[in-house]
Amino acid sequence: MAVVSAPLLAFDDVRLSFAGVIAVDGISFEVKEGELFAIIGPNGAGKTSIFNCLNGVYRPQEGSIVLDGTSLLAMKPDKIAGLGVARMFQNIELFSNLTTLDNILLGRNLHMRAGILSAAMYAGKAKREETVHRRRAEEIIDFLEIAQYRKSLVGMLPYGIQKRVELGRALAMDPRLLLLDEPVAGMNLEETEDMARFILDIQEELKITMILVEHDMGLVMDIADRVMVIDFGRKIAEGTPHEIQTNPDVIRAYLGEEFVGLEIEHSEASEGGRL
Amino acid sequence: MRGRPALFTRYESDSAMLPTTTQRVWLLVGLLVVAGAAVWLPRDWLILIATAFIASVGVIGLNLVTGYAGQVSLGHAFFLGVGAYAGAAFGGEATDKLVGFGLDVVLWIPLAGLVAAVIGAAIAPIAVRLRGLYLAFLTLGLVFLGEHVFREWDSVTGGPGIGRKPGVLRLAGWRFDLDGEIAGYAVTREQQIYWLALIVLIIMAFAAKNIVRSRIGRAFAAVRDRDIAAEVMGIDLTRYKVLAFAVSSFYAGVAGSLLFTVTGFVNTNSFNLLLSFAYIAMVVIGGAASITGSIMGATFLTLLPRLIDGAGGVLPFLKVSSQGLLSTSQLERIVFGALIIGFLIFEPRGLNGIWMRIRNYWKAWPFSY
Repeated sequence: MAVVSAPLLAFDDVRLSFAGVIAVDGISFEVKEGELFAIIGPNGAGKTSIFNCLNGVYRPQEGSIVLDGTSLLAMKPDKIAGLGVARMFQNIELFSNLTTLDNILLGRNLHMRAGILSAAMYAGKAKREETVHRRRAEEIIDFLEIAQYRKSLVGMLPYGIQKRVELGRALAMDPRLLLLDEPVAGMNLEETEDMARFILDIQEELKITMILVEHDMGLVMDIADRVMVIDFGRKIAEGTPHEIQTNPDVIRAYLGEEFVGLEIEHSEASEGGRL
Repeated sequence: MRGRPALFTRYESDSAMLPTTTQRVWLLVGLLVVAGAAVWLPRDWLILIATAFIASVGVIGLNLVTGYAGQVSLGHAFFLGVGAYAGAAFGGEATDKLVGFGLDVVLWIPLAGLVAAVIGAAIAPIAVRLRGLYLAFLTLGLVFLGEHVFREWDSVTGGPGIGRKPGVLRLAGWRFDLDGEIAGYAVTREQQIYWLALIVLIIMAFAAKNIVRSRIGRAFAAVRDRDIAAEVMGIDLTRYKVLAFAVSSFYAGVAGSLLFTVTGFVNTNSFNLLLSFAYIAMVVIGGAASITGSIMGATFLTLLPRLIDGAGGVLPFLKVSSQGLLSTSQLERIVFGALIIGFLIFEPRGLNGIWMRIRNYWKAWPFSY
């Protein structure tokens, strides 16, 4: 467990609806600096909508989202990215006609400043920047062990590697808050274990605060510091993984009324079982 | 790095435009051959190839916005027109009816580009709200708007049926558009235009190559491939789309300003939809998102009519005088259409794709991959 301190993100009473369909219904939570915070819930519960609000892709009608004293509401996605919010998407959203290296360098784009004239001459700032940021990109490539795919077009890479490149692209932004939207969806056990290791390394070595949305309960219960459960856009429970596993409301949402009160074996939930 | 040309020990050399000595040497040799060819090429071929060089600049511009940034523009003819008239106004002579500043060629070419870029940047904010087909239609509207303005603005364009001369190719008293003498050797007007166009193409092509390998080119590609993801990663979509349009228009402006110096006359109805389509075709046939492909596409389609003309004597079904099935201009249009369809279906990466495949085959030879 990482050392946790002041809240980095305060998500307060946020409401988001689309023409009558309520996606996020007054959810509040706080994420502390250095924490690995997980959000779980059945399909359509509003997990990705929360991420889209955080990124500025959706604009909630009510509530407030504050990152380290700055309100993220009414801010454009690229400005929010500039404040240090990075995201790994649920369905791979890589720039598929570019190489792994170019994808990761695109994560560095918001730290680069060269203008069009400098770029056209490839002199001065543009040239210096390429080398400086290439170094950082290579560090991330090493960290994620994808050096052999450096010059491959990402569209041609296997699924698990594409996911890793996407993580790398988000890491290249040097974010303060990293949003992981189902990082191990569709992965086999080995790939899942690799990803879990990377996530823990990010927390411990890079000290990046993370919000994890995931259906793989084994992974969530193993690595998350705190878990929030949502259903139909509402918050059901929040607490440590152990508290969540024994919470009757959570069991009701996932398994149905008849399972409430039955003792669920802790081992069963943490052995990679999907609730 | 003699002996191990593929081993790079520095990031600079790994991301260099021409990483190996072989590539640098061949490019230099190629350029020298192209430049030297002007000495023995006949006048009409010089003019044709010079036109291909200038068209290449325009196609590179269209490729930057459409191939790299993914914003389909059918309005390229409009920006070519803007460049042509800006060049004519800055570089042409003033008469009692026409505006002209009589500037040097090194001034009026970039100025023509700048005027087009400013107009491109001014229009782009409207265009960035749309994408795909809708954007294509909006940019198509530009062409009609442009045609009207070019017809009506007599003091700059000369008006329909009258037209005007393009900018004068003058540099510090020297005239590129007149036969002259350099260091005792006679040089023709055509040779000078050919070399001038080649120099402009080299500068513009290298600049484009640099743009696409820098952060800006990567951001263009990100906007093209996944715009939402790009935005979430801190890429301001509006800013980069406006930039793409402005840079593309700059290239169109430069190309437009020179395009008619070879014929010596700008006609107000030259900048029509057909010209836009011809440029789109050059991008498709050359290869989208490729600078080399842009040059290949422009050269191929510019030389095509001439090649078909040459085939007139060989192909039996071609009409030579009044007999035969088809006239050469009919065949030209058929071939043009067939090429677009053929490339879209069989080689979407264009001539550059074919070239890459040949290159990779020989790189791996005798193995298949």
